[in-house]
This record gives sequence, C-alpha cells and structure tokens, in this order.
Amino acid sequence: MRYLPLSETNRRDMLAEIGAGSVDELFKDLPKKALASARFDLPKTMSEIEVERALGTMAAKNMNCAASPAFLGCGNYRHHTPASLDYIIQRGEFLTAYTPYQPEISQGTLQAIFEFQTQVALITGMEVANASMYDGATACAEAVAMACRVTKRNQALISGRVHPHYRDVTKTQMKFLDVDVECLAPDPYGVEDLIGRLTPDLACVVVQTPGFFGHLSDYTALGEACHKAGVLLVVCVTEPVSLGLVKSPGAMGADIVVGEGQSLAGPMSFGGPGVGLFATREKFLRQMPGRLCGETTDEDGRRGWVLTLSTREQHIRREKATSNICTNSGLIALAFSVHMTLLGEAGFKRLAELNHATACDLADKLEGVKGVKLLPSAFFNEFAIALPKPAVDVVEALAKKGVLGGVPASRFYPTYPELANVMIVCATETNSAEDQVKLVTALKEVLS
Amino acid sequence: MTLPATASGHKGLQFEQNLIFEQDTPGMTAVDLPALPTSKQRLGDVKRSGSIGLPGLSEPEVVRHYTRLSQKNYSIDSGFYPLGSCTMKHNPRLNEKMARLPGFAEIHPFQPVSTVQGAMELIDTTARWLTELTGMAAVAMSPAAGAHGEFCGLMCIHAAHDANGQAQRNVIIVPESAHGTNPATAALCGYTVESIPANDEGRVDLAVLKAKLAEHGDTVAAVMITNPNTCGLFERECIEIAEAVHAAGAYFYMDGANFNAIVGRLKIADLGVDAMHINLHKTFSTPHGGGGPGAGPTVLSAKLAPFAPVPIVVKAAEGYAVEEHAGFGAAKQALGRMKGYHGQFGVFVRALSYMMSMGADGLKQASGDAVLNANYVMARLSSELTPAFEGPCMHECVFDDRFLKGTGVTTLDIAKALIDEGFHPPTMYFPLVVHGALLIEPTETESKAALDQFVTSLLSLARKAKEGRAAEFQAAPQLSPRRRLDETKAPRRPVLRWTPPATDGAKQAAE
Repeated sequence: MRYLPLSETNRRDMLAEIGAGSVDELFKDLPKKALASARFDLPKTMSEIEVERALGTMAAKNMNCAASPAFLGCGNYRHHTPASLDYIIQRGEFLTAYTPYQPEISQGTLQAIFEFQTQVALITGMEVANASMYDGATACAEAVAMACRVTKRNQALISGRVHPHYRDVTKTQMKFLDVDVECLAPDPYGVEDLIGRLTPDLACVVVQTPGFFGHLSDYTALGEACHKAGVLLVVCVTEPVSLGLVKSPGAMGADIVVGEGQSLAGPMSFGGPGVGLFATREKFLRQMPGRLCGETTDEDGRRGWVLTLSTREQHIRREKATSNICTNSGLIALAFSVHMTLLGEAGFKRLAELNHATACDLADKLEGVKGVKLLPSAFFNEFAIALPKPAVDVVEALAKKGVLGGVPASRFYPTYPELANVMIVCATETNSAEDQVKLVTALKEVLS
Repeated sequence: MTLPATASGHKGLQFEQNLIFEQDTPGMTAVDLPALPTSKQRLGDVKRSGSIGLPGLSEPEVVRHYTRLSQKNYSIDSGFYPLGSCTMKHNPRLNEKMARLPGFAEIHPFQPVSTVQGAMELIDTTARWLTELTGMAAVAMSPAAGAHGEFCGLMCIHAAHDANGQAQRNVIIVPESAHGTNPATAALCGYTVESIPANDEGRVDLAVLKAKLAEHGDTVAAVMITNPNTCGLFERECIEIAEAVHAAGAYFYMDGANFNAIVGRLKIADLGVDAMHINLHKTFSTPHGGGGPGAGPTVLSAKLAPFAPVPIVVKAAEGYAVEEHAGFGAAKQALGRMKGYHGQFGVFVRALSYMMSMGADGLKQASGDAVLNANYVMARLSSELTPAFEGPCMHECVFDDRFLKGTGVTTLDIAKALIDEGFHPPTMYFPLVVHGALLIEPTETESKAALDQFVTSLLSLARKAKEGRAAEFQAAPQLSPRRRLDETKAPRRPVLRWTPPATDGAKQAAE
C-alpha cells in the first residue's frame, strides 16, 4: 500500500516497545461481537493506473462544459482562471496545512485570509468580511440568523428573486428555531413590492443582485425603508464578477452581504466545493459567524496575523456560539483571493465588462429568434427568457444537439406551471462568438 | 550565535512579504483578456462608479507573493503535523488529479441529469462505500463539513421525533469532553444541552448517563457521543450506551470525527448507532486546505433515513435520477435542503479516489497503523511525560501537564518550543477535561523514523523543563517566521482589513 510507510519489521519493533503481541490487541476495547461480524463487500487495494482508469471512465460519461458550448448559470459559473491560480493553490504549504491554530508557523495562510477579507469588503462595499463560509446558500442562512440576533426579532422575508437554493437552505436551517421565514413567490418579471411588506417585527429582508432571473435592481430605496423600520437589509450575490461593473450592495445600504465565490475561485465541479462570502458593518462585528483574521505584532514588534475574536466561536462558547461552523472553505477562499489579486482593479473591471458585453451580444442574437422573449431589461451576464415551449424539453433537445443551452426554471419551481416555458441563460467570457451561433442555430431548429 | 540584522528584513530564505495592497501599481493587471464584442450595455441605472480600491500587480509579482507566503506555512508535505483530532495525514496527489478531470471539474450542477450520469455514478459509488463501511441504511451526502454533518444528523432526529408525536423531546446529552461543535449544533436545532462528566478512565460513565436519561425522561431527544472519544479512547460500553439511549426513546448520535481509528474493522451499525457524520477530509484524506473545504456526509439508520435532506440520487433501470425537492418522490419526508447544489462533489471525487486506492484491506491496515503509531508514541513518551489515561489508546494519545508541575513551563511553552524543533505542535488544552492537555495524533502516514525524531525532541524538551530551564521556553519560538504573537491585542482594537494609510492632508484634518 503506497501510502503506508511502516514495514513489517517496523511494526514488530513498535509492538515490542509498546508491549503488545499484535495490532489486534490494541483494539481490545472494541466490542468483540461487532469485530467478529464485520464483513465488507468492497474492492481490494488498487494501483494508481487502475484508479485512473476507473474514475476516468466515470468522468467520460459526463458531457463537460469545456468540450461543449454551455450557457449555464443560476449561481454556478464557468469562468477562465489563469494557469498560475491552480499552481499556487496546489502548493503543498497551502494545500496540506490546516486552520492556522499556531500563528507563528501559519503566517502564509493568515496573511492570505487578511487579504481575502479586505478584497471581499472592498468589492461588496462593506466594512468587514470573515474568512469564509461553506457556500453562498449556507452563508445566506447564517445572515438571517445573525440578523435575528442583532435585531432581537424573529421574522425574515425572502425576495422571489433570491436563488431558490439559498431560500431553501435558509428555511431548512431555521426549521427548528423560533424564526418565521416568509418566502415570496418567484418573480421572473421583477415586479414584487418589498417596501410595502416591511413590518416592525421583521429582522431582515433578503434580496439578490443580480437577481435569480437576471434582473439588476437598485435596492437603495429598500435599504432606506428598512433602516427606518429597524430592519436589516441582507443582499446575496451569486455572481461576484458582477461587482466589477455594478453598484455594490454596500452602496445600496446593505447591512449584511453574502455570496458565492466559486465563479472567481475555480471550476464548477458540479456545484461544490464553493466558498461562502460574508461581509457586514463593523458595528455588527461581534454577532458575525465564522473565523476572522486580525493584525497584531509579535514579540519583536513585527507585524503579523492571528485568528481573533474567537469568543464568538463554538470552540470557546459552545452552545452560546454565533454558529457551529469550524472547518470552512479555506482553500477556495485562497483561490478566490489569488484570482482577485491577478486581476487587480483594472482586470476585475475589464472581466466584468467583457461578461456583460458577451451576454448583451447573446441577448441581441436570441431576441432575433422567433418566439423568444427576454424577461429582464437590465441584467449582468445572465437573463431569463420565455420560450414558446416547455423549457425542459428545449434544454433536453439542445443537449442532444451538443449544446447546454440554459437551465429550465421548472427545475427549481416544479409547482409553478406559469414558469414552465422559462429558461435561464448565462454567457461569460468563456463563450465564444461561434458558441453563441451554435446555440442560436440549435434553438431555432428546436423551436421550429 | 545571534542572527545578523539585515537591511531588507529578510533572513536568507525567510522573506518578509508586504500585503498585496502595499505592492500596487495602479492600472497593472496579471490577466489579459480578449477584446469586447460591440454590443449596447443593458445595465439600467446600477452601473458602478468610482474606484474599488483593488491593487494592480503583474503575474510574476503575484506568483512570487504567494510563493513567499506559502513558505511561511507549516504543512503535512513539509513535516510531522500531529494535531490531535484533526487527522493530518498525507494527501495523495492522485486525488487532486482525478478531481481535475474535465468530466468532473467542468460540469455544471444544473445540466440535464441525462448529461451527468457519470457524476451521479460517482456520488452513488461514494455513498455505497460509506454505507458499506458503516453498515448503515443510508447516507445524506450534502453536508459540507463535520459540524454541518452533525447538524444534518440532529435535524433528522428532530424530524423523526416530530413525525412520531415526540415533539416534546428537546434535550441533547453531550459529554463534557465533546468538541465545541456538538453543543453549538444542538443549539442550532433549538435543543437544550445537558453535559455529563467523564469517569477516571476518560470515558462515559454508563451509570451517570442512565441517571441523566432517567432525570430527563421523555424530553431527551438524543445522546451525542464521539467514539473513539476526544481523549483518544474507544467507548468500551457503547453498545450498552446505545441500548440505554434507545430504551429511553432517544436516538444515539455518534460523532464520527475519529472514524479513521476504526474504519475497516467494525461496522458502526453493529454498535447501535442511529446517525454519524464522516469527515471525508480526515478519514479519507482529502486536503485540509488551510481550513477546508471538507465534507461531512452523514450515515443514517433505517429509522432516520426517510428524513435525509435533498438532493437524493436515485438509481433506476434507465439510469440515475436525482430528487431535488423535499416533499416529492424519494424525498417525500425529507427535512429540506442543507446546502446548494449536490454537496461537496469535488471532495467526493478525492475521497473515492483514496478509498479505491486503499481498498477495504488497505483501510483496515491504515486504521491499524494509525493506532499502532499512536500507541508507540505514547509508550515512548511515557518515560518523561504523564499520560492522562491508561492505554491502549486509539489513533491519538493525550498527556496532561503533571510532568510540568513546579517547572514554570506550561503546555503552551512546550508547544512553542516544538516549533523551533521543526514540528507542528499537537493540539493544546483540548480536550478540556484533561488539565493542560497535549493531544497527539501521528496518523498512519508517518514512518517510524519520523515518529522517533519527534519523540526525541519532545523528550529532550521535557527533560529541559525539569532541569529548571524555564526561561529558554518562554523565548520560544525563535526560529519561526514570527515569534509569539500578541493574541490579546488583536481583539482589543480589531484590524480585520487593510485600509490605505492616511494622506498628510487627511492627517492634518484629523488633528
């Protein structure tokens, strides 16, 4: 077994040192009954070649977006990542370290977290950000829980333009707590009224920009109304590339911003692992979940970094902690941060412009297809379209033609027949003009 | 020998590295992008204005920056990392290679299911390994990490009690030695936590547990016990514990953080377990990445299986399908959704690659070697250090600080001195039930030679402490990129992000 360094001689010598006759003797505390009955119907050890062959066969059964024109978004995006990004995150000193419990020998991870926290705060327009959550959806649930702690209220309102997985995870996480989560119906036309629904009992309103169906909205007026009513405004961002071109949630008056960093961090990987972004205002700092890295000095007076404010966390506060989170998404946060560093201000803005221009280009082309109607008038790199046929059938037919054309809204909203013909389409810098022509041509054929 | 002062602040291969924000060349970027298509913008009235404040660096500067940062980290690749309860074992690079196959990395969670049959097969195969290794009825694959898996298990338990008309059950019994996530998770489910102390042998006292169960009667929802426990010991009476818990109408949650010690040896279903999460990043060697991502699939007994969260992969004659909505089909009684998409898919690929490499026989050998290594370290260190409990231990051994009594040296000092010796310190001051604990988990991927070097260093430090050389410890570490950092200053005036230095004009205005 290639991963196990002990030789039989080692094992014998070590057992002699311990004073045990066999390894099995060391397991004497395990119930004999359970030991005797254990049979495992599983394969035996395999060589690297055999594992590669088996998993390679499985991988080859999937239609992958690098090999086919793909226009899929809905919270998970395919972007180009510079080659140096994957090189950096595969360095063993980052990949095979753990949570920086010993700061003297973890300054690399800690400084990277400090830079990550700063980048997230800057792009969201907020004052502070944490070291990461599991993903955008769980970060959204944590934001609602935090809003309840801050306001000492226990009702939340979720917009119909919030990603349905964020909505579902939040609802599930609050299931057994004394919190009422009201979820508005899906809003593909961007018409819902949130200000009219504010009440003095609400802890927070959760919105998303760009919205799930693609809409860009300015939530500044909502933010003002929220603050008058003592309600916190929680803004979700599932596509952080948008923040290079679109007004930041902080500028709209958000109190908590949560998001998914996958789009900048690396491959879609069937939706996980991602990285949850979490940012807020400084005055709410002590109610924040998750790890935080802060600046300090060492004994020689040199600048350094440590994990800090851990009295909020489970290992100190146990059942009174702000969250139960421990392991988060360190490596994906690093990947996010490396990409942001590579891009810089100029590259980040340019990447956002390129995404928007590509999506506008595709929108122009799709609007030329008979029977297709674009739903949002303002969008970033993604938009819902209404089709003259059920979107599920269209998507399947497009896939047969080798094009992953979009996501049917009915996959998320099976009980809303009025959404049956809605498809959500996304274009990023990875979609060439030829890809777009392939989609438009295939769509015309499918709809004819 | 004292180290020479240098004008640069660097010390040979140890580099000082400024923040990226302090290396800004405005307008610079390390990413060249193609030209923009000419299309009319459709941004409405939400266009961003003004500068964001991100720095501009070139590609060589970025690569050097992170290379230098990486060199300030201790990692498994570079040395022995016996951080108890964290299972810092070797991370095979084959797993990384497999996760990067385009057929796994470049697939989207909302492609038509017919186009991702290989991904469904991967999830189903990983699930089958986990249910076969544990003997449990089902596994919820979506939890993102250990604590999230605990949450999944307790929510299933809550849902099951509710379905059985037992909604009054609102107490979770947890040993004092438990990881902090256990009580924190119980609180997230709206439960009250009742603690029970450990006995002198570092284990749950069955009589005390039974008394606690009797005291709280039909309000007990579950008992949560880590096994092997946080003292590195197997709960010998766990079958009796399970029987007592079931007799009280409650469920038995086993925290599987330490499953790596027993994998391939017994099936936890035979212990009477109702739910257990498995940290794929520990037992199945997916990288810890400086703090994640992990994955915490939760195996469930037949009684709890119907409540597992969506998504649920379903194998049918014509291929795989997936139920993504609670209340429908295979997810009729599902408690809801705990995470976006299909769980930590990329972590599943790595874990499956590891499990296939090891095989059932290799996994049994791995738990055997992990336990052998821990007992060897315990036996060798016992000449100078004081083990907290009698062995044999499982995959980790714990020492208390009796051996330091009267020396003026603390557990923290020993840990910091180990840094100068070139080792990552063990977990300190945990479990809380052991005074001044040092929790050492060597893992099975360390050679005898590596263990011997560590033992030699730790024994020499113990002798040094006993010789009255406390002052030398208080200065440690001296050879690391930073010396002891002021951890009380950081929270007093938190600086959690970089801010541009005030310009002269702003400074004057402030004055």
